[in-house]
Amino acid sequence: MAISVDEAVSTGPVRDHTPPTRRLGGRGRSVLEVALLTVLAVVMLFPVLWMIETSIKENRDVYAVPAKFFGFTVTMDHFKDVFVSGGGRSGLSVSFLNSVVVAGVSTALATVLGVPAAWAYSRFAMKAKKDQLFFILSTRFMPPVVVVIPIFLMYRQVGLIDTQLGLILIYTAFNVPFTIWMMKGFVDEVPAEYEDAAMLDGYTRLQAFRRFTLPLLVPGIAATAVFALIFSWNEFVFAIFLTSSDDVRTAPPAIAGLIGGTTVDWGLVAAASVVFALPVLVFAYLVRKHLIAGVTLGAVRR
Amino acid sequence: MSDPVPLKTDDSGQVASATPPARGRSRLSDRGLAVVFTSPALLLLLGMSVFPLLWTLYLSFTDYSATRGGPAEFIGFGNYTAILTSPQVHQRTLTTLIFVVGAVALQTVLGFTIAYLISRRTRGRGLLTTLFLVPMMLSPVVVGLFWRFMLDAQFGVINSMLGSLGLGQVEWLTRQRTALLSLIVVDTWQWTPFIMLIALAGLTAVPKYLYEAASIDRASEWFRFRTITLPLVWPLLLIAVLFRAIEAFRQFDLVYILTSGGPGVSTETLSFHVYKVAFLGFNTGTASAYGILMVLVVIVLTQFYLRYLNKLKED
Repeated sequence: MAISVDEAVSTGPVRDHTPPTRRLGGRGRSVLEVALLTVLAVVMLFPVLWMIETSIKENRDVYAVPAKFFGFTVTMDHFKDVFVSGGGRSGLSVSFLNSVVVAGVSTALATVLGVPAAWAYSRFAMKAKKDQLFFILSTRFMPPVVVVIPIFLMYRQVGLIDTQLGLILIYTAFNVPFTIWMMKGFVDEVPAEYEDAAMLDGYTRLQAFRRFTLPLLVPGIAATAVFALIFSWNEFVFAIFLTSSDDVRTAPPAIAGLIGGTTVDWGLVAAASVVFALPVLVFAYLVRKHLIAGVTLGAVRR
Repeated sequence: MSDPVPLKTDDSGQVASATPPARGRSRLSDRGLAVVFTSPALLLLLGMSVFPLLWTLYLSFTDYSATRGGPAEFIGFGNYTAILTSPQVHQRTLTTLIFVVGAVALQTVLGFTIAYLISRRTRGRGLLTTLFLVPMMLSPVVVGLFWRFMLDAQFGVINSMLGSLGLGQVEWLTRQRTALLSLIVVDTWQWTPFIMLIALAGLTAVPKYLYEAASIDRASEWFRFRTITLPLVWPLLLIAVLFRAIEAFRQFDLVYILTSGGPGVSTETLSFHVYKVAFLGFNTGTASAYGILMVLVVIVLTQFYLRYLNKLKED
């Protein structure tokens, strides 16, 4: 059952089998198209490859002019520097840990708040339901630099500046609209008749939800949570304005802080970026079927 | 995706639940359940989004400063007139406009082209799509930092490649014109996959029989593209474009990391200027008014977005 829910949404282009238009322009045209596609792919992927390459180069190769594409000495020193410095744990590794805590807890909270709300919005008739849903989504579109001004003042009043709790709260608020929209799509796909049938069997509405609908929603919840996790993990604006001390700071401002000095250790920046981006890419790959819904905040589903 | 048939909010379920499994549970009516399930999320949004916005609205009519402290003096529309008549703000508006239009236009053209090319492949589409999507999933911090390194005038790889092609060196991030161009290029690099992803979804949904009918009629390739492909993909593409426009308008991270608004103020977008007024100048009142004006722009854009979204869903 769970699988069928999953498949019903899987219209990401990755798995699409709609055949492309037949070749009419002949072979030459097809070759041209492949060539163009290859060039575009190289351009799009080059910066990523260059980043990975820089992270395993020795410093003198990193700053080599002209740039060395091949034949450099491979080293793992930069990756070591990301995690340890001077025998102890490095500042960066602390910030990675903070990121895990903040992103993890805020995602869990957003899921706990968002999933029941999504179910309610999907199942019940409510006053001005559409307006409520649009209002919820539009809160997510507010410019972060603007929102951070009153949040900063608010947090200063109640002592949440430079605390993980403060970041967790704002990230939860930022992920709840997404969770509701994304989950509503998944709930809509589970026939309400299942719950009706369960209620005829004597379960209450709540029990019907818990026992019959919720298990079917698990894949959707997982996908939604992964996206929320990615959003919080990558978030930068709130992190840089609401936290300052090293033991609270999450990874994005910590990595950005590496370029503050007069000399920049680009090898370290590259290695830190790779370590930071890797989990995101793995997670994104896991939820590739729901990518369209995910990146449009649950608004577009195909 | 249409709304499900709304369930009636009567209590028929409760009647049936008189049988065993229901005992002991709190018997909430559907209406009660809806309130219990939605209000925590709504309360959080009220506390963390609506209340701050209202506070910003209040501050925008005062001369409050976050550092000076002291009571805020009510000054009416003073902040608003100051902002709307400021040549500085006009300049930032122009910069933002160039950035948003330039970046979104480039992304749309490139993204759609890639999607179109991919949709015409028979093999390797999954792999190609996955590879193209990588930039979009990266944090703006990583993207900004890394491009800063690649665009470095001295040991950046871009200049190095230009050099080996026999072309001159360009000071990408430290010249007025090229700095804004670099910003547009980097944003395009990161977000072209977004347009591509959505355009691809639209393209693969075009029914094959339409093309078959057209080819029976010996319609030209361009004619088919113009009369079949584009009209069918357009609604979805428009949503993607609007979404990107909102995001580009809000863009802060990339500017902050790549150029910090410089050189001079040539890459200062509205988002970045608000930040400077609020956190470097500490003119909280002015920054609030500024923010409210930006929120108004976003609300207008969001309205368009939601309207088209609604239309798409009704079809």
